[in-house]
Amino acid sequence: MTNAIANLLYSEEHEWVLQLDENRVRIGISDYAQKQLGDIVFVENPVVNDEITANESMGTIESVKAVSELYAPVSGSVTRVNEELNDTPEAINKNPYKEGWLIEVEISNPEELELLLNQDEYEAFIDEGEE
Amino acid sequence: MTNPYRYLPDTKQDQEEMLAFLNMSSIDELFEDIPSDIRLAGELNIPKAIPEPLLLKKMQRLTSQNKNANYYPTFLGAGTYDHYIPSVVNHMISRSEFYTAYTPYQPEISQGELQAIFEFQTMVCELTGMDVANSSMYDGFTSLAEAASLAVASTRRLKVLVSRAVHPESRAILNTVADGQGYTVKEVNLATDVTDLENLKEQIEQDTAAVIVQYPNFFGSIEDLATIKKIAEAKGALFIVSANPLALALLQAPGKLGADIVVGDMQPLGIPMAFGGPHCGYFSVHKKFMRKVPGRIVGQTTDDQGKRGFVLTLQAREQHIRRDKASSNICSNQALNALASAVCMTALGKQGICHMAQLNVEKADYMANSLQKKGFIVKNEAPFFNEFVVELPCPIKEVNAKLLEAGIIGGFDLESDYGFNNQMLIAVTEQRTKEEIDQFVEVLEAVVNG
Amino acid sequence: MVEYNELIFEISRPGRVGSNLPESDVEGIDLHDKFPKHLIRDLPAELPEVSELQLVRHYTALSNKNHGIDNGFYPLGSCTMKYNPKINEDVARFEGFSRIHPYQPADTVQGALELLYELQGELAEITGMDAVTLQPSAGAQGEWTGLMMVKAYFEHKGEKRTKVLVPDSAHGTNPASATVAGFKTVTIPSNENGLVDLKELKKHVDDDTAALMLTNPNTLGLFEKEILEIAKVVHEAGGLLYYDGANANAILGKTTPGKMGFDIVHLNLHKTFTTPHGGGGPGAGPVGVKKKLIPYLPVPRIEKDGEKYVLNSNQPLSIGRVKGYYGNFGILVRAYTYIRTMGPEGLRQVSEGAVLHANYLRKKLEPYFDAPFSQICKHEFVLSGSRQKKLGVRTLDMAKRLLDFGYHPPTIYFPLNVEECLMIEPTETESKETLDAFADAMIQIAKEVEDTPDAILNAPHTTIIGRLDEVQAARQPILRYIKETELEKEIIKL
Repeated sequence: MTNAIANLLYSEEHEWVLQLDENRVRIGISDYAQKQLGDIVFVENPVVNDEITANESMGTIESVKAVSELYAPVSGSVTRVNEELNDTPEAINKNPYKEGWLIEVEISNPEELELLLNQDEYEAFIDEGEE
Repeated sequence: MTNPYRYLPDTKQDQEEMLAFLNMSSIDELFEDIPSDIRLAGELNIPKAIPEPLLLKKMQRLTSQNKNANYYPTFLGAGTYDHYIPSVVNHMISRSEFYTAYTPYQPEISQGELQAIFEFQTMVCELTGMDVANSSMYDGFTSLAEAASLAVASTRRLKVLVSRAVHPESRAILNTVADGQGYTVKEVNLATDVTDLENLKEQIEQDTAAVIVQYPNFFGSIEDLATIKKIAEAKGALFIVSANPLALALLQAPGKLGADIVVGDMQPLGIPMAFGGPHCGYFSVHKKFMRKVPGRIVGQTTDDQGKRGFVLTLQAREQHIRRDKASSNICSNQALNALASAVCMTALGKQGICHMAQLNVEKADYMANSLQKKGFIVKNEAPFFNEFVVELPCPIKEVNAKLLEAGIIGGFDLESDYGFNNQMLIAVTEQRTKEEIDQFVEVLEAVVNG
Repeated sequence: MVEYNELIFEISRPGRVGSNLPESDVEGIDLHDKFPKHLIRDLPAELPEVSELQLVRHYTALSNKNHGIDNGFYPLGSCTMKYNPKINEDVARFEGFSRIHPYQPADTVQGALELLYELQGELAEITGMDAVTLQPSAGAQGEWTGLMMVKAYFEHKGEKRTKVLVPDSAHGTNPASATVAGFKTVTIPSNENGLVDLKELKKHVDDDTAALMLTNPNTLGLFEKEILEIAKVVHEAGGLLYYDGANANAILGKTTPGKMGFDIVHLNLHKTFTTPHGGGGPGAGPVGVKKKLIPYLPVPRIEKDGEKYVLNSNQPLSIGRVKGYYGNFGILVRAYTYIRTMGPEGLRQVSEGAVLHANYLRKKLEPYFDAPFSQICKHEFVLSGSRQKKLGVRTLDMAKRLLDFGYHPPTIYFPLNVEECLMIEPTETESKETLDAFADAMIQIAKEVEDTPDAILNAPHTTIIGRLDEVQAARQPILRYIKETELEKEIIKL
């Protein structure tokens, strides 16, 4: 797994969650996800101040051949959106964990973080899927 | 096998060789997977095959029962028009590399089709003043419904306002589509021949996704797009215009008057009336809606040697990838007719299309004036393009019967769609000569007086 | 072949004309006297300015960069690329068909109405249905029309049903049409034989099921042998059965969707009934229904009143209009002419030929490509490129290599439930020699995968253009021609 940061949490929809502080997280998609999608051409993120709800669709991510829903891993209010992706969506392919981040969220329900997977659990989850 | 068919090349020997290769002795073995209960016992109960020379005679007889515009000057419009189609159009679309090809999903062997559609998209943008156009839709009516659906999805509002001056079939299809997608459609009243702006202001609300008008409208009148735009914008509603592309040669482009989406039918430019189809819807948008456009779009790119080429792009929106998340289910469109329209626009050219539109304006004006001089009332208060409404002292059905006796196909009866008694919508295209127009007026005069 | 790379706008020159219209025979008008200034065009639309010969050379050159059925074999699975008869083209162009207005009085177009009425009846007979509407413009629109009727049927019954079931092998228009009609889609997994899994189906069918949408044979080219059981499951739950007619070329004159238990059917006239694909349309997607759904058919309907043909819009339970006028009349004329050309025996032989050719080709290719299903196929079959994938060559590469042999590639990566899928539909109009030559090309490619994979990975080699950058096209879309201004040209020079 390239460039993964330690202490990331993951959802079963292949998003990663990085806790920035007590109330804020940063969200992106995993290396596995960007590989599955192929060359990314467009991202439809929510906008600042949008309310997102865990496990519900919050946007879409498009590659040449496929479109995937983005599912919110946690609930909360969007505080920042990675505008760079409007011009260079390929950043998600190149570095999904750093330059390819999607949004930052002020979370409303910290308990939801406990439902996410840690790196080992996520890797096991991927392996199960590939069998 | 009985009589050989010219579309079926297999001889008895071919069949035997293939069956032998399959270790089978009869074709029936290939259909054993069909349960016997559902196999047909005999042949289909349809008419027997007719050899080509006799079939041509039969089809000629069938068409001879139709009174066509080559012999009957046609003053019918209402969304489909008798316009001049340059001879080259049919020759170009009869090239079998175009018409027997599939959708250009393998771009390396479809550059011809892709480039022709890229050029079509460009021409539609030029006429409408919009940034992006797709490769065509089924027709102008369904195109309008798709525009409304886009507005609803984009604004996340569930109401759409459509003027009663929009074509009745457009409104009917819009209602069917809205019913499926779960949004509501309300109609804006008429102020004689145009949209009632006061009524529009009354009806528009924060929940309105879009305001839809037609340009020229169903009665031929020109709506004031600038004012309507202001009303829509004040409530954050999108402004959708359904426009006759020929009229756009002379009228200000809706894109320059603030339209968010411009749709319509290319039929006036290069496509035969053909009893209503196939025609060719077009769909054009402001660039902010680029990734929400339904259907197919051709884009320019380069190959691995840096050579310019064309591909279907933004395909992710289409049904074959998004499946149940797709915003539209359109698959086939009207590509060959888009090509016909592009050839027509090329043949007419920058000057010719203006000249053709000018002829329409002048002849319609001449006819309206001639009728008025004879005491008939022209109902349009706004300026009109090539159609107008005239009020007659007797039912339109009777008038049209008399016109038919004189060898003329009369205009559209506004009774059933609008409840306008004794009012006829007359279309005058560049194909109508002064003599034909004069004759129409004479017959009308005779009907009224005699 | 001379290479041609100009856009029509690039060969335009101000002042050239491609047509000659008459001068006005009535009084001239200054637009400013008639229209308000702000509604008059300020800048003209920049349409091309070329001579007629330039126009003809341009489009002729473009056609030479295109591959149609008339150029060569086109085994696109699911598309039925069969020969497009020329008599159909001639008849559709008869002035009595092309020069009539849809709103002319019915008395003046009896020939057109007769054609439509008879075609309705013939398509009903071919599909085993009780009534047909010719209005929808394409298969997808036919599906949507059918599903809107399903919706109306249950609403009228007072039942609320929100789900439409589709197999995982379904064509993308199926779930999309369901969504556009306001339903939720539920996907049913296929069994290991590629057919509908009856157990899974029974699990998912309930009183919220409005319909099951099926193609038969399915998108893998396999006949759903358990179709009567499937129909029973759905009908017993009170649901309806919808037939996607994309694969009707396999069953003409052999069986009908009506006999299989389907309640609604759509046909693709541009597939089974030879109307040309036209580079992506126009098509036609007539819909047939069993008696109980007749009240919901779109209006107007074409009926016979004594000896005359009439239009009837007085149908209170109709779903309304789905398309302008009466459908794609010009396309319907072509289909009618085809049905008259073939007659009942001819149509049956169409399906027999289609199925024979598909099985023959499949057996020829089976030693070289993985064939996921052993059941005899109908008019098309799927292969998997998984054997080749292990050696580093993907189905996409092999498809591009086929271009070098002058063939349009088969359908690739559909249906979704077969890895590295290739779907091949030869149709009945191809000769045995064509099938053999295609098989030879495919076998050669299979050998190249082992011996000289680069030949494939860098394919195509002989087409006029190489593989195009589709990523760039989607990231930075250029969707129209824009003229460089003189200023920009100057800047580039500097």
